[in-house]
Amino acid sequence: MIVDIGIIALKAFLVLFMVLNLAGVLGWIERKGSALMQDRIGANRASILGFAGMGLINTLVADPIKFLTKEDFIPPRGDKFLHTLAPCMALFPALVTFAVIPFGDTLQIGERVINLQVANLNIGILYVFAMGSLGVYGIVIGAWASNNKFSLLGGVRGSAQMISYEVAMGLSVIGILMVYGTLELQEIARGQGTLIREFLPESWRFLKSAIGWLPAWGIFLQPLAFLLFFTAAVAETKRVPFDLPEGESEIVAGYHVEYSGGKFLMFFAGEFAEIVTAAALMTTLFFGGWQVPYLLRDGFHFPWGASWLLPHLAVVLLQVGAFAVKVVFFCWLQILLRWSVPRFRYDQVMRLGWKMLLPLALFNVIVTALVIVAVQ
Amino acid sequence: MLFDFANVLVFTVLGLGFVGVNLLIGRLLRPSNPQVRKLSTYECGEPAMGSAWVNFNIRFYIVALIFIIFEVEIAFVFPVAAVFRRWLEGGQGVFAFFEILIFIGILFLGLVYAWVKGDLEWVKKVRA
Repeated sequence: MIVDIGIIALKAFLVLFMVLNLAGVLGWIERKGSALMQDRIGANRASILGFAGMGLINTLVADPIKFLTKEDFIPPRGDKFLHTLAPCMALFPALVTFAVIPFGDTLQIGERVINLQVANLNIGILYVFAMGSLGVYGIVIGAWASNNKFSLLGGVRGSAQMISYEVAMGLSVIGILMVYGTLELQEIARGQGTLIREFLPESWRFLKSAIGWLPAWGIFLQPLAFLLFFTAAVAETKRVPFDLPEGESEIVAGYHVEYSGGKFLMFFAGEFAEIVTAAALMTTLFFGGWQVPYLLRDGFHFPWGASWLLPHLAVVLLQVGAFAVKVVFFCWLQILLRWSVPRFRYDQVMRLGWKMLLPLALFNVIVTALVIVAVQ
Repeated sequence: MLFDFANVLVFTVLGLGFVGVNLLIGRLLRPSNPQVRKLSTYECGEPAMGSAWVNFNIRFYIVALIFIIFEVEIAFVFPVAAVFRRWLEGGQGVFAFFEILIFIGILFLGLVYAWVKGDLEWVKKVRA
């Protein structure tokens, strides 16, 4: 029992540690990446004993120290308690969503079988959306408590945008749930370990030989859902092209105008933690989670008949490694997006959410149901 | 399964702890030197005019209402989607499909209604 609790605490600690560190590194990638794309050098001034580490010292050591030692303003006309609560509400949901995301299959050490996931809830995806919804409060409370007009505008924009895209996000996932028939994220990841040919009926022989060898990842079975989910996820993280709640050229910094120091750092870290969460969700739902194509429990089994057996530990390490690589790739993709596209206008944001993504998501649900009925 | 909810609790406590420690460290490290000018509300350097706690556009309220309707729909469709395959295997496929179709159809009509009425329009046309 004590060992069990120890393992859980260790898993929870490790996952949080990795998420927060990845969020920190993403800050560095964002600054250096933007510099690269704009043909400038980027953060490189801070150094320890002459070692600047490509700006790593600047973003991972100097920045947090600067944030934490900076004076904290609470606007006297605002609400003090809510002003402090808001950054917590922005950071907390982004962190705890990770509890249900599987980062590997089961690891067996002697008699003990460890599920490489902090909590295997049977309502996993519902938990993700419940926690994701809480993120809106951080924005709204922070914006209102500041008693600043720019903040209020940013908060109002942010809340309307986030709830609009949450609908499209939730509906786009339904197709995936229908295909794999479960709400558990670990089961969804396991369901993606087979090949597409097992989802096709016997009579569709041509399609079976043409694409049957592909792994049964969500992206191949639900391509439209992935596009919808990706768009909605970027809108949920409030980044370019959906960064109207911040909109620095229109409303200064939107909902965090009146934040400085440690509390601003929490909004900042919350945003990057949300990017990591969104990337992990995309990986788990659409790109096989921890699955490596053709890698089963005992090694590789290729569709053309060859196989290459591997020890258990190597398989687990490969799978966890694959998950990490995929998550980092999607984080990188989101950061790349920021420096590639211009910002939308607000009426365009609302039109995209309600008049394009939402009907398309409903359409996807109906078509998926039809195809499943037809196939069976 | 209950044990897994306990895991979530452990994770939540760790998350809350991190947030709390963050606030605490900031409080211990940072200087505090409040001045009237420094604390004044930011409004591009001008003295702030009035309060920001004013009425704002009712359109946000309508968006929130439509959001609630669809969020409840999603909460209802999730379980159906999860058991859809099992119903199919049990021979109730067509029945289940038409149930989903009718449920989503009714809500889609609601969306069409809001659309036609112009509630999804951000820039409202003013009648001359």
